[in-house]
Amino acid sequence: MLPRTMSRWSPETRERARRILARYPEKRSAVMPLLYLAAAEDGHLTPEGMEEVARWVGLTPAQVQSVASFYTMYKRERTGRYLVSCCTSISCMLLGADEVLAAVEDEAGVPAGETDDEGVITVEHVECIGACGGAPALQVNYELVEGVTPDTARELIRWLRSASPEAVHTDEMQELFGTRRSFDWAVPERVGAVGPFPAFEPYGTTDGNP
Amino acid sequence: MTDQLRVITRRMVEHPADSHTLARYEATGGYRQARRALDMGRDELVELVKESGLLGRGGAAFPAGLKWSFLAPARPAYLVVNADESEPGTFKDRQLLERDPHQLVEGMIIAAVANEVHHAFVYVRGEYPKPARRLQRAVDEAYTAGYLGEGIFGSDYDLEVTVHLGAGAYICGEETALINSLEGRRGEPRLKPPYFPAAKGLYMMPTIVNNVETVSNLPHILEMGPEAYKALGHEADTGSFLFSVSGHVNRPGNYELPHGLTWRELIYDVAGGIRDGNELKTWIPGGASAPWFVPSDHLDLPITKDATAKAGSMLGSGAVVVMDDTTCVVRAAERIVRFFAHESCGQCTPCREGTTWLEMILRRIESGAGREVDVDLLLEVGGNISVGLAWPPRMTTICPLGPSAVSPIISITKYFKDEVLAHIHGNGCPLRGAQR
Ligand SMILES: Cc1cc2nc3c(=O)[nH]c(=O)nc-3n(C[C@H](O)[C@H](O)[C@H](O)COP(=O)(O)O)c2cc1C
Ligand code: SF4
Ligand code: FES
Repeated sequence: MLPRTMSRWSPETRERARRILARYPEKRSAVMPLLYLAAAEDGHLTPEGMEEVARWVGLTPAQVQSVASFYTMYKRERTGRYLVSCCTSISCMLLGADEVLAAVEDEAGVPAGETDDEGVITVEHVECIGACGGAPALQVNYELVEGVTPDTARELIRWLRSASPEAVHTDEMQELFGTRRSFDWAVPERVGAVGPFPAFEPYGTTDGNP
Repeated sequence: MTDQLRVITRRMVEHPADSHTLARYEATGGYRQARRALDMGRDELVELVKESGLLGRGGAAFPAGLKWSFLAPARPAYLVVNADESEPGTFKDRQLLERDPHQLVEGMIIAAVANEVHHAFVYVRGEYPKPARRLQRAVDEAYTAGYLGEGIFGSDYDLEVTVHLGAGAYICGEETALINSLEGRRGEPRLKPPYFPAAKGLYMMPTIVNNVETVSNLPHILEMGPEAYKALGHEADTGSFLFSVSGHVNRPGNYELPHGLTWRELIYDVAGGIRDGNELKTWIPGGASAPWFVPSDHLDLPITKDATAKAGSMLGSGAVVVMDDTTCVVRAAERIVRFFAHESCGQCTPCREGTTWLEMILRRIESGAGREVDVDLLLEVGGNISVGLAWPPRMTTICPLGPSAVSPIISITKYFKDEVLAHIHGNGCPLRGAQR
């Protein structure tokens, strides 16, 4: 499908890309999943990564860039190892989300939208992440923690720095830093996120299979 | 009156430890209705769902059977399940995906057979990796069992299911934007007409877009029959309904209920009343897009689609956001307007420019720098996005997102004008001390 020498991707990533393409009737539809592969390959979405995606799906790099720029989760700038996304939408705001965000910014030492000097923590504020019953909520590399407080949010940042986990797991973080949940989670998950992209097995962005 | 129903939430409540697995799903009657659907075929299934009165749960409450009956004859047809759930206040689909994904898969098989679909998609918002993982595992289990793939359940019917992750754009929940996104394009809504999904949808082919909760109801409608399903609900609002209750209540959460109870019962009995013994100030009855309700006018209204519409709002996606008397309504409105300004796709000038203006004016009022004319300005800018500030909005934009941003403006100027003016006259929020 693609001359091997042209590809910057590892054989595993290329195999994943082939399997993803096979899941869609038209290859253009694979743009979004492949953008995640590209981001995971380089740590964030690079121009080279987007060129690679363009070749796989038969678009121009400009077309791929136009698609990527529409979506907030494709980070086209260097992102810290842990992306901390604090929800400040209405339900979380009502229960103290602005104070949580302020605590996270203070502990991380950077305002929302920026990455610390060590490249460990990026802070951002985001709109509703579907955890309003467990407000205020935040995500680390899109893994959710519900019912955080300014204090537990600070502890979470310190823990990320000191423990520097290979992968972050929603259930582990909820246990350590969360309180109230939107609903009973019932069964812990053992799969986590290895970088600032959503952890989903078909995209190869998890720390292994359950 | 306030007892919860256990239909789409039954399995997760009775079998919390493994409600998401195929083994538990089948041990509790799962996949029998999908097999039956294969013997029934399109006409019978469409008729059955029409009879059940099932209304879409994605926000617009469109009759599901009627939507299916509009499917144009060209083939291939596609089914897309909308799991983009991003309306502030809404978190019900997340629970259905995480806790009972096979219920959704079985519903998809039924919807696929009814609409002669051989490739179905689930569009899950990118911020839902755990729900997506749970769903993907259920899909994998179903493939392995022969319930998806070639010749499902030993029949000659093929059905592929692809789980697709979004990447952070609320507007992709709008069905035509979702289709653009699934085609690998920017998630911008298409004009309707001509791009009604049932006629010209995914890859320009006939497409059914249904919400997660809508589809999760299908196995139950087949199992209990349309009459019994209707009887669960309340008059025109058949079946159960998942309410996501959040904000200043003692017991936030998802509640499966029939329609017809009052707001007082939902807020005080079901959700445990207002925190810290505070007073209820206002609530949003159906997600960030909906105009607000206030205790003096609406507390004893029955929660039905029609009564809510008559009172100038909607039940939408079922998100009830409750605010107590420590809440600054200007700040709350600013937060909601900011959301729509951030999520506007930018195609329509009134939406793109207007939402930004509204956000700016609200910020100014909140900070204490507001001027007397700002109240009129809010209404004027609002009127440019949503003509006449009517409810339901008269559409001048490609999609309803723009007009949605005006709902909080209508609400605070109608019910809390004194508080808005107090910000302007007193250099900022009169509640500042009370807020937490
Ligand atoms: C701005 C906007 C956002 C929407 N977001 C969602 C969503 O997140 N989930 C959803 O199911 N429907 C959403 N909808 C409604 C869909 O367009 C569509 O009506 C729905 O998915 C159809 O499914 P249903 O008939 O089963 O309700 C949204 C609509 C608009 C205008
Ligand atoms: S109303 Fe707003 S979100 Fe909808 S199509 Fe127009 S600009 Fe985009
Ligand atoms: S408002 Fe924060 S998760 Fe919904």
